[in-house]
Amino acid sequence: MSAKTYRRKLDIANGHIDLSHGAGGRAMAQLIADLFHAALDNEWLRQGNDQAAFDVAAGRMVMTTDSYVISPLFFPGGDIGSLAVHGTINDIAVGGARPLYLSAGFIIEEGFALSDLKRIVDSMAAAARATGVAVITGDTKVVERGKGDGLFISTTGIGVAPPGLELSAEKARPGDRVIVSGSIGDHGVAVMSRRQNLSFDTEIVSDSAPLHDLVTAILDAGGASLRVMRDPTRGGLAATLNELAQRSGVGLRLDEAKLPVKPGVAAACELLGLDPLHVANEGKLVAVVAPDSADAVLAAMRDHPLGRDAAMIGEVVADARRFVLMTTEFGGGRMVDWLSGEQLPRIC
Amino acid sequence: MKYVDEYRDAKLARSLAATIARTADPAASYYFMEFCGGHTHAISRYGIEDLLPDNVHLIHGPGCPVCVLPVGRIDAAIRLAARPEVTLCTYGDLMRVPGSKGASLLSARAAGADVRMVYSTRDAVRIAEAEPARQVVFFAIGFETTTPPSALAIRLAAQKGLGNFTVFCNHVLTPSAIQNILESPDVREFGRVRIDGFIGPAHVSTVIGTDPYAFFAEEFAKPVVVAGFEPLDVLQGVLMLVRQVNEGRHEVENEYGRAVRPGGNERAKAEVAEFFELRKSFEWRGLGFVPYSGLRLKEKYAVFDAERRFGIEAISASDNPACECGAILRGVKKPADCKLFGTVCTPDTPIGSCMVSAEGACAAHWTYGRFRDQVHKAS
Repeated sequence: MSAKTYRRKLDIANGHIDLSHGAGGRAMAQLIADLFHAALDNEWLRQGNDQAAFDVAAGRMVMTTDSYVISPLFFPGGDIGSLAVHGTINDIAVGGARPLYLSAGFIIEEGFALSDLKRIVDSMAAAARATGVAVITGDTKVVERGKGDGLFISTTGIGVAPPGLELSAEKARPGDRVIVSGSIGDHGVAVMSRRQNLSFDTEIVSDSAPLHDLVTAILDAGGASLRVMRDPTRGGLAATLNELAQRSGVGLRLDEAKLPVKPGVAAACELLGLDPLHVANEGKLVAVVAPDSADAVLAAMRDHPLGRDAAMIGEVVADARRFVLMTTEFGGGRMVDWLSGEQLPRIC
Repeated sequence: MKYVDEYRDAKLARSLAATIARTADPAASYYFMEFCGGHTHAISRYGIEDLLPDNVHLIHGPGCPVCVLPVGRIDAAIRLAARPEVTLCTYGDLMRVPGSKGASLLSARAAGADVRMVYSTRDAVRIAEAEPARQVVFFAIGFETTTPPSALAIRLAAQKGLGNFTVFCNHVLTPSAIQNILESPDVREFGRVRIDGFIGPAHVSTVIGTDPYAFFAEEFAKPVVVAGFEPLDVLQGVLMLVRQVNEGRHEVENEYGRAVRPGGNERAKAEVAEFFELRKSFEWRGLGFVPYSGLRLKEKYAVFDAERRFGIEAISASDNPACECGAILRGVKKPADCKLFGTVCTPDTPIGSCMVSAEGACAAHWTYGRFRDQVHKAS
C-alpha cells in the first residue's frame, strides 16, 4: 500500500459540499485540512488532535456559547463567519473578560458552494486574527439537501476576567447612569434590507464588531464604578434594559432625544413599522455606571473608534414595578417594553 | 428624517398643547373618539395624553383592522389553511389573532399548515405564479386603505391567468362602523359612551375622501376632523375639534390636507368598485352584524373568490366571555377595565384581538401606556 494516495484538489471555485465531506473519510479530512485549517491555522489546529490543550490563565475563567443561523449568510457589513466570531467574543467581553479561545462547529447543507464556504471561513479567520483570538478546535457535519439552510455555525468562547471584577445584571442602583456605545438598530436593518421578500436599498451596514478592546477602555476609565455591561443583540436595547431592570429590581428612565439612531435606520423602521429599540445590534454595548464615573466612562467610549457615537441615554431610578419609561422626543411619556412575538426570525 | 420630523417637533407640540389648554373651556369636558388604530398607536407611542389638559379625553374606537375581525372568520381561515392543497398568505399581525379555543394561524402553521407572511398582495400573487400546484389564498382584511391593493392583486392574477389564486375577502367599511357606533344604545340611549366629536381616519380618507363623513356630522350633530397619523396632526385635530364644540359647530374639517382630498382617490375607488360589492351584512368583533359594512367579490370575479371556491362558511363563534374587546372597540370600556388585561392577556399571550395588533387599544396601552394605570399589575 502506498503511503501517498492521489487526491484531487478541492475545487473551491466550482465545487460543492457533498455528503462525503461529513462522512469521516478522506474527503472530510481534505476539507478540514485544505479549507478550515488552512484559513484558521494556529499551533493547536496544527497538532490535529480531537481536543485542544491549553494552560489556564490566572483569574476567573469565563465561557459562553452561541449558534448562528442568520439569513442571508452575507449581509452589508459582514457575514455569518465574522458574526460567529464577534458575537461570541462580545458575550465574553461584556463580562469584563479578555477573550482567549474559540471553538467552531459547522453544520453544512449538501450542495453548499465551496467558494461560499471558503469566503465565510476566511472571514472568520480574519475576524479571529484581528482580535487576537484563536479558533483552536472545531467540528464539521454535513446534512442532506433540504435538511439545513446552507450553513449554521456554533461557536464557544473562553476568556479570563481580572480577579475581583464582578459585573452583574443585579447590580444597577438608583442614580446610576445608562450609557450606550453608539447608534442602535444598524445590524437588524442591514440584514432586513437583504431579505428576499423585503429587500430595500439602504446605506446602513451591520455594526458587527468585536467589543473587547472598547471594554478594556471602559474598565480602565470606570473601574469599580461599573455595575454591568451587556451587548443588546436580539430584542434590541429594549430587551436588554428590561432585563436589567427586572434583575436589579429597579426602574429605568430614558430620554428619546438622546438615543443615537442613524437617519437610515430611523427611516427603515418608520417604513416597516418597527421600533429601533427592538432592532438587533452586533457591535454595541450598554453600560450601567455609578454617577461619579459616568462622564469618564462616556469620554473613554467616545475616544475609542467603536464608541464614537456613545451617549448617556438615561438613568436608574427606584421603581417597584421595574418599568423602563421614556420621555419621547415629542414630550410625552411612554413605556419601553420587551418586544412581543417575533420581529424577524434568524437575525443572528 | 425629512417630512417626518417636522410633524414630531417637540417645540411645536408644546405650543399647540398650550393653545388647546387655553381654548378648552375649564368648566366643560370634551370626549373625542379617534376611530383609527393608527391614531390609537400614535397617541400611545408619543404619549400625547400627557400633553392634553385633564378635561380633554380621547376614546379609542374600532378602527383597528385586525381587532374587528370576528372569531368565526379567523376560524374559517385556520380551517382553510389546514387543507393540504392550500397556501394561506397573510399580513404578519394576523398570525397571532386568537380564534376559537386559543387557536391561531401561528399555531396552525406549527402544526403543519402552509401559512406564509407577506408584506404585499403582490407577494401572494408571486407565490401563486411560482407554485402552480398550490392553491394560494390571500387572507384579505382591513378598511378602505388595504382594499385597493387586494383589487390590484385580483387584476394581476386575472391578467396572468392564474387559476390557483383566490382572495378570502374580509374588507370592511369605515363609515358603516361609525354610523353603527353613533346609533348604538351605548351612545344614544344609555349614555354610557359620550362622544363629542371624531378624529377621522387618515389613510382611509386618502382613499374615500372627506365627503362620506358629512352625513354623520349633519345627522348626529358631531364634528369630524380628518387628521394625519403624526403626533402633531393629532394635537392639531384635537384643537380643531375643541374649537368646533366651543362654537357649536358640527362640520367635517380636514387637518390632513397634504394627503386627503374631499373626493378621495378616484382611481383607487374605481378599482375597488370593479372587483368588489357590498355584503348585506358583515360580522364585526365588538359591533356584531353591521348592515352593508363589508365587501365581497363580484360574481364576475367569482373564480378568484376563496369563499366560493372552497365553500367557506364563517360560523359565528363567541369570544372568551371574560374578554372585554367588544366593549373596548365600542368605546364603552378602557383596556385597564378588563379583568384579563395584563393578567392572562398580554401581547405574548393574547386572549382578545385588541391585544394583538400594535394598533389595538389593549396592545397600545400595554406596550406604551400601562404605567399610567392606578393599580399596576405584574409586568
